[in-house]
Amino acid sequence: MNEKVIDIHNLYKSFGSNHVLRGIDIDVHKGENVVVLGRSGTGKSVLIKIIAGLLQPDSGTVNVLGQEVDKLDSVALRELRLKVGFCFQHGALYDSMTVGENLAFPLKRNTPNIKHEQVKRMVSVVLEAVGLAKTIDQMPSELSGGQRKRIGIARTLILRPDIMLYDEPTAGLDPITCTEINNLINEVQRRFHTSSIIITHDLACAKQTGDKIVVMKEGKFVKQGNFEEVFSTQDDLIKEFYDYNFIQ
Amino acid sequence: MDSNIEQPEKPVISKGIDGFFKDIYNIFLFLIRIFKEAFKGPVEVREVIRQCYQVGYKSLALITMTGFITGLVFTKQSRPSLSEFGATSWLPSLISIAVIRALAPLVTALITAGKVGSGIGAELASMRVTEQIDAMEVSAINPFKFLVVTRVMATTISIPILVAYTGLVGMLGSFLDIHLNEQTSFTSFFQEAFKNIYFLDFITTGIKAVVFGFTIGVVSCYQGYNASQGTQGVGKAANTSVVVSMFLIFLEEVFIVQIANSIR
Repeated sequence: MNEKVIDIHNLYKSFGSNHVLRGIDIDVHKGENVVVLGRSGTGKSVLIKIIAGLLQPDSGTVNVLGQEVDKLDSVALRELRLKVGFCFQHGALYDSMTVGENLAFPLKRNTPNIKHEQVKRMVSVVLEAVGLAKTIDQMPSELSGGQRKRIGIARTLILRPDIMLYDEPTAGLDPITCTEINNLINEVQRRFHTSSIIITHDLACAKQTGDKIVVMKEGKFVKQGNFEEVFSTQDDLIKEFYDYNFIQ
Repeated sequence: MDSNIEQPEKPVISKGIDGFFKDIYNIFLFLIRIFKEAFKGPVEVREVIRQCYQVGYKSLALITMTGFITGLVFTKQSRPSLSEFGATSWLPSLISIAVIRALAPLVTALITAGKVGSGIGAELASMRVTEQIDAMEVSAINPFKFLVVTRVMATTISIPILVAYTGLVGMLGSFLDIHLNEQTSFTSFFQEAFKNIYFLDFITTGIKAVVFGFTIGVVSCYQGYNASQGTQGVGKAANTSVVVSMFLIFLEEVFIVQIANSIR
């Protein structure tokens, strides 16, 4: 677990007068699941969008797999993105394509000479990995919220990334489905040897999936460590977070 | 460290005027990117064909009906004025000039701006707000090339074909009315109709059709691709695509007609 796959130092990002990230430092080691906890609007999603190269930082360094993301040209960024999977909050499935086509699309686009049989096989492997093999011919509109998130994870996994970025993987799901998604995140880490950043405000998700937890408040990290270390503190924000989640 | 953080920009003239020039600049960059990506291989042939099918084939029924009625009604409306001078024999000529020079490209472009433009605007905007475009980007797929360039190509290719078709259907509508009233035969109608149509008319109409198609594609893609504000943004993108496309189509029509008339 010693090799750093993500190394962020002194990261700042603003949108006009809204200062979203105010000096973030974080590193993720190979095979590690890091959970970023925080209330809505604290800049958690902005952080992973910067890691994926969807947003440009104002200042600071963002090093992913040994490369500074904001300094890469489009070709190098494309290469890097093949190694960084991004799971969107609502799945972001292409609604004009079936589940099978959704999964095959990134694969075919990134490996132009791939054979049809090979695509079919890889699609069934990832669909089985997320436990939804039977949905292959369904349209995204026919899936439940939890199924959509699983397919979103499968679509990311098909490119065999080294890093997974999960944006609110359990938001809007019932507790049982949340547990299933959390188990899936752990299963992905174990089976595909990925390192992950999981953005959430769900403490159960943080507890089940996080090797390391960082708590974010107003664009800064206020506490980090494992679950017990973080939640043994008397800090008001963290106590409030803990009480709210577990009373809920 | 806070000095590193970007401060809100003060408007140079006023917020509205600054915004207008910013939009012009962004559209200019959008256009440059379209040309850059279009000429950078490989061409998304399958997606272009799929989009041509969406733009062209799926608009055929509406275009057929509109084109036919335009020709028919225009003939009916012109007859009383011409018959006052005993000049109903000029009807085929008059109609062909009107249909080929102005009505076919304009009607087709306006109908397509409404049907196809709003569709493209809404589709891309919905993809933007549901993060499907971001999902393509993080999967190392170039969404601009796949979504924008293909749609602009499809409208630029399909609309000239639709214009030619509208012209034909419009003339048939006109023929039906003239045949029923003046018992003119099919051959003599078309011989008469094309007497006053010159090569320049076809060239001008062709240029108009290409320009209108390109405009509809660019405007709708720009509105959809840059949509924001959630579901409200989807409606706004669809609406603005139609309004701006139609406005530009009329401007371009005036501009091209002026140039054609100066050559004539």
